[in-house]
Amino acid sequence: MDNRGDVQAATPGEDGSDTPGIASYLMGFGLAIVLTGASFWAADTGLIYGPAVPIALAVLAIAQMGVHLVFFLHITTAPDNTNNILALAFGVLIVTLVVGGSLWIMAHLDHNMMPMDQLMQRQR
Amino acid sequence: MIAAAIEAHPVSGAMAPGHGDGGPAPIRIIVSFGFWVFLLSDIVMFSALFAAYAVLQGHTAGGPTGRQLFNLRHVAIETGCLLTSSFTCGLLTLSADARSKAGIYLAATATLVLGASFLGIEISEFAGMVARGAVPSRSAFLSAFFTLVGTHGLHVTAGLIWLLVMLAQVATRGFRPATMRRLGCFALFWHALDIVWVALFSVVYLMGMG
Repeated sequence: MDNRGDVQAATPGEDGSDTPGIASYLMGFGLAIVLTGASFWAADTGLIYGPAVPIALAVLAIAQMGVHLVFFLHITTAPDNTNNILALAFGVLIVTLVVGGSLWIMAHLDHNMMPMDQLMQRQR
Repeated sequence: MIAAAIEAHPVSGAMAPGHGDGGPAPIRIIVSFGFWVFLLSDIVMFSALFAAYAVLQGHTAGGPTGRQLFNLRHVAIETGCLLTSSFTCGLLTLSADARSKAGIYLAATATLVLGASFLGIEISEFAGMVARGAVPSRSAFLSAFFTLVGTHGLHVTAGLIWLLVMLAQVATRGFRPATMRRLGCFALFWHALDIVWVALFSVVYLMGMG
């Protein structure tokens, strides 16, 4: 793209530059297949230390979401993509707060609550 | 573009409409940015369902657990269908850019078939679970499961209907700018659904079996 021409904001789903096209989708498809395969393998294999499996799955899932964002939705860090990235960052913040906050607070509630049978007894 | 009257952007040194002096951005940019914000809000809604599922996962009330109900082979086939359909949806975007009607029909048909296969497998899974007494009202875990996975399935259904409508529009009206914008939004929607499915098969099925 001509540097002195008008750089307009890029839309999600298309890359303003002349690089994308089939190569981007093939690359994304290949990486996604590898990461999906790795996820199913990690869940099934006995080679990974048991308690570490959910962490491995979370890492693989986040990596694959990144692959989808970059190669399928064409979200980049280029200056013409600032609006899209900022909206995405805000979305990620809210998702983290909702999921992380719920798990955190509910784990504390579970931990601090009287077992249900004792609670029932006390209400009689 | 109306580049002549625009002052250079202070950082990039380039002309940038929508950064002040340049006036409003072209409608294509505004539409897809608006749709991108909608998709993010949709993902926020899914995050609430994910949070509910994660909290209620262990509350099976003596009923069947995920380990007893899930079939990873079916989930792998579903994942393959949806992932490949995301790729064919990319081919749909490329065909639309190239203004190739034949390409659009071919890629859209592949996307439709793969999406419908995904939906078919999911519905038969649900039917099998209901037949075994694992209905949403059985336990908190099953309520959360059917809400989360069912909402994603409804999105896929809506996407398939949307794609059929888009095909009809391309067939009858050709490559109007509005039709092309809608095709672009559909592609974003379909790719976003695949992202939600990545979280879904990882959290619900793979972690549920572990």
